[in-house]
Amino acid sequence: MIYLNLIFTFFKIGLFSFGGGYGMIPIIEKEIISKGWLTGQEFVDIISISEMTPGPIAINMATFAGYKIGGIPGGLLATTGVVLPSLILILVISYYLSKYGHHRILKETIYWIRPVVLALIIQATIFVAINTFFKEGFDIKTLLDAGSVNYFLQNVNPAAIVIMVISLLALLLTKVHPILVIIAAGSAGVILHYAGIL
Amino acid sequence: MIPLIEREIVNKKNWISRDEMIDILAISQSFPGAVAVNSAIFIGKKIGGYPGALLALLGVIIPSFSIIIAVAKIFSYFSTAGVVKAALMGISSAVIALLIMAAVRVAKTGIKDKISPLVTVLALILLLFTGLHPIYVIILGIAIGLVIYLLKNISKKIK
Repeated sequence: MIYLNLIFTFFKIGLFSFGGGYGMIPIIEKEIISKGWLTGQEFVDIISISEMTPGPIAINMATFAGYKIGGIPGGLLATTGVVLPSLILILVISYYLSKYGHHRILKETIYWIRPVVLALIIQATIFVAINTFFKEGFDIKTLLDAGSVNYFLQNVNPAAIVIMVISLLALLLTKVHPILVIIAAGSAGVILHYAGIL
Repeated sequence: MIPLIEREIVNKKNWISRDEMIDILAISQSFPGAVAVNSAIFIGKKIGGYPGALLALLGVIIPSFSIIIAVAKIFSYFSTAGVVKAALMGISSAVIALLIMAAVRVAKTGIKDKISPLVTVLALILLLFTGLHPIYVIILGIAIGLVIYLLKNISKKIK
């Protein structure tokens, strides 16, 4: 029963997504790729498109992944699943919060999720980087088997690394809006394609 | 999205006060899920009770949902075209930069004591080298938080 599995899986993802959409990426990756629902590259495409579409990235990723797995009903169920924990928890807990006023224990506990969220974002960065910088993804085993710099050189995508570095510099040194960086990076990809480099 | 919510709800419609809005934003970050979605649920609840919460939630996700379904439908026709692949490669390269920025931001605002960096390193080792499910690592973070909270309270009581 794929549909039941979808709503349950995204409920789980929603329940443990702290610190915005980025911290959610490793959880979705684990759930969806291990189930064989999507490939790493497909999920990276979903992240990219979710990033440039309006609306919360967490919702966008859930809707898109659900759609790819199970069509429009899949998108609907994944979206429902991912927001349901928020709805239930907030309605239940806000009742107690308004009754007792403070939420110190909640705040203090959440404080300690932050270092974990940082680790999750770093893992998400590595995941997207591996799937972007290397044409066939990066397989450490193949690298060791091939035992050569050749495998690395054939597999690496220098254009992606250059675009990443320029984007990072633009974000660090200027106040340019992230969406403009994304549009510029996408355009750079198109130009490189027509220039015959990609 | 948050400034948009504030302009609509506080300035234009006067549904809640600015102070209430600040409270709602703070607490929305303590709940799992997207902050925009969580604040919509809180605001909806405040203004219209349970039906209000449900309607605000629907209101905030329906536009994203429709746009994504439309984009996904179009994308499925062109996803194999070389030029689309090249554009996506460029975009995901920029996304890596955005993720690095987000990591720096979280490290700067969220890591203020000496134990936190250790928790980050421990979590990273568990995630990258043991293949432990991220959910368990989050539960571990929550458990550490609860233990520290309890220890603090106990030491206060002893004093």
